[in-house]
Amino acid sequence: MSAKHTHVTDVLIVGAGLAGERAAVEAAAAGLNVVILSLIPPRRSHSTAAQGGMQASLGNCAMGKGDSPDVHFGDTVKGSDWGNDQEVARMFVETVPIAVRQMAHWGVPWNRVKAGKYKHPNGMELEDTKDREGLITARDFGGTAKWRTCYTSDGTGHTLQYTMDTVVVKMGITVHDRMEAITVIHDGENCLGVVARCMRTGELNVYLAKSTVIATGGYGRLYGASTNAIICEGSGMSICQDTGVVPLGNMEAVQFHPTGMVPVWILMTEGARGDGGYLLDKNLYRFMPDYEPKKKELASRDVVSRRMVQHMRKGLGVDSEYGPHLWLDVRHLGRKHVWSNLREIANIAMNFNGIDPAKDLVPVRPTQHYSMGGVRTDKNGYGYGLKGLFALGEAACWDLHGFNRLGGNSLAETITAGMIVGEQIARYTLGATQNFNMKLVDDAVKKDEERIKNLVSGQNGKENIYELKKAMEETLMEHVGIFRTGPSLEQGVAKLQELYRRSLKIGLRSSGKGANPEMAAALRMPGMLRLALTISYGALQRTESRGSHAREDYPKRDDTNWLKRTLAYWKEGADLPALDYEPIVCNELPPGDRGYGESSGQAAAAGKK
Amino acid sequence: MSNRQLTFSIFRFNPNLPGDKPRMQEYKLEEQKGMSLFVALTKIREEIDPTLMFDFVCRAAICGSCAMMINGRPSLACKTLTKDLPSQITLMPLPVFKLIGDLSVDTGTWFRDLQVRTESWVHTSKKFDPKALEERMDNELAVQIYEPERCIECGCCVASCVTANIREDFLGATGINRVARFMIDPRDERSDADYFEVVGNEDGAFGCVGLMACDDNCPIEVPLQTQLAFVRRKMASAGLKLESGGLRKSG
Repeated sequence: MSAKHTHVTDVLIVGAGLAGERAAVEAAAAGLNVVILSLIPPRRSHSTAAQGGMQASLGNCAMGKGDSPDVHFGDTVKGSDWGNDQEVARMFVETVPIAVRQMAHWGVPWNRVKAGKYKHPNGMELEDTKDREGLITARDFGGTAKWRTCYTSDGTGHTLQYTMDTVVVKMGITVHDRMEAITVIHDGENCLGVVARCMRTGELNVYLAKSTVIATGGYGRLYGASTNAIICEGSGMSICQDTGVVPLGNMEAVQFHPTGMVPVWILMTEGARGDGGYLLDKNLYRFMPDYEPKKKELASRDVVSRRMVQHMRKGLGVDSEYGPHLWLDVRHLGRKHVWSNLREIANIAMNFNGIDPAKDLVPVRPTQHYSMGGVRTDKNGYGYGLKGLFALGEAACWDLHGFNRLGGNSLAETITAGMIVGEQIARYTLGATQNFNMKLVDDAVKKDEERIKNLVSGQNGKENIYELKKAMEETLMEHVGIFRTGPSLEQGVAKLQELYRRSLKIGLRSSGKGANPEMAAALRMPGMLRLALTISYGALQRTESRGSHAREDYPKRDDTNWLKRTLAYWKEGADLPALDYEPIVCNELPPGDRGYGESSGQAAAAGKK
Repeated sequence: MSNRQLTFSIFRFNPNLPGDKPRMQEYKLEEQKGMSLFVALTKIREEIDPTLMFDFVCRAAICGSCAMMINGRPSLACKTLTKDLPSQITLMPLPVFKLIGDLSVDTGTWFRDLQVRTESWVHTSKKFDPKALEERMDNELAVQIYEPERCIECGCCVASCVTANIREDFLGATGINRVARFMIDPRDERSDADYFEVVGNEDGAFGCVGLMACDDNCPIEVPLQTQLAFVRRKMASAGLKLESGGLRKSG
């Protein structure tokens, strides 16, 4: 037996979300053949679920006046808690205004500045000036000095993805949807392409390319409560880590969004707080100003999430059968605003909870939301460890976000990295030659066929994939959440190791034939557990608190020992990642105080009340 | 009070398995508080029948993946709560689209073909200038463009459309709505005559017989009736002008 089809192309992009499609467009514009693989049709990608917006320092609206790439840079570095790559952040902030305008050129209906005085729903009196009328406007998001988040009503990710896909269609770029990359083909030095399983037929396909690009998004679904789409299982990261030579960067940096709706964990956009929404406790008391007098509900996400948990630990959460939660209150913004500018969350609250946010409170709790870590690349998007491998977007640790990403910086990263890394991909590929080592290819296919055969026959064991998955989700929630401690992390690692060993003995209950969903899940499971272990073990070893990584036993940021990035390799046969570290270079902005959060003296004092 | 016992009758057929035949299969589940069809179907797959095929992605009515026939009506399964259904629930795949297996259909290929046929992208002769400010646009117009742009391509309007069910090449309300989105966008330089070639025919605006099931079944309430009327009116007048030779085509 061998692969059903072998496809040869210049550039292979795995993942058709915004990052993948934007890079594809860049490569195709250079005259290269491009094939995109995707689990689903591109317009269903998780990018479409980004409601709030995309940060770019256009400075057109009243509260954006005086904004510049420098201010955006400062916010991004502070937001990251000095954990990001400042060279990358610099390129990013300089490029993102161009990216936003190019998306406008391609058709995104960005909301625009309307000249005149108006009262913002949060009560502020504002005036937008005539000279900026009709230019792209912005709303307020957490952790930013200026209003910088460009948006299209309540569907920014949707309009960006749809517009991006119109360009892909117009250029005639090939997309193979329902095609899942399951193995990276490599010789230890060069990346040749991937083995992919067709989700229509179950057949294995081979894709050979001069450049292979990982743009598969995050791993949110490793956690039991995540805002992410159910396809966000980190598969691109995991197949890279499986090579043994490609490291994942900073996997312990996991973002929890302050407002996932209880109990379905669907995101209530940050735009709700940006537009003036409050967080209330069980006494309907607005508690955030006590902890964060300056930024209130709009400190960085890591800070707001921790304050919420802190407040609930004082017994001030609302009790429910799903555990304690808090309230998101947007009632004072008015029905018109809620059902137009925040329509998507109004619909979600109505559809999934029977709640009308114009008159009712929405139950919320911090929920896993974003993976700052990923396939470690250099500033040009070249993956560490293999020639011809690139990564970008949430799947990558390009390292724009360090230990905490600002709201509005992920959509911005997808498009901007697509431009910057896309250009690098094109440049590299134009000078590269195709590697046809068919022995390597055959070996890779045979290995996958063997895995499939063993899962069907149950010869390694009869472990149930769905039971293991549930246990993994619960373990991460319990031991590797918002607040972390050494002993609990140790327990988590031990539990996950046990689950990992069991995952090597999965046997299917069904025949596994055709596009069988149990087979797809079973093939992913060991890799997902390796990711879970990489997150937990990295968190256990990092004995400091930085951004979203909050160790209660090491509550301070420790720049002396930990101004460095975790690199996690997985060697064949291991049951823990091998960790290595590289220094973080702060070439522009030396480590300092974020001006909000626990390290800020003023706020800390207020929080003790 | 004890929970309801739900009986799901689900269409089963995997065209890729030699010898497989279409049939209905029954599954029983105890109803839980706040249970959606996403929760119910996942439970069936994980606890009863791991071969059952269906599609969910966002599970939040944003991505359009999970449209199916729910007790005879097309809708998004993720946002359908079992409490709003009788205890007997029949699930079928969407018609019109090619069946992948069980409740899963190939909307991706259908919609990509639609984009190509309607050339659904901004047609412009202008080159993007990275140094220039964006072109100005009235905010009201931006909001107006966003309204049809909101379509999530779930296929519910196509499944519920009589014409689409009998005429293979009909663009459906989603296609006509998509064209309407570009018609009102000043960045798109196409003329009415250009659009006439795309939708001024029986497979486009004139194929609609006006039953408006599309409008009734759109899960995100895109005003399809308004969009259809707009395109029809525009194309009827373009057609008349074309006939009298009064409409110049753009280059």
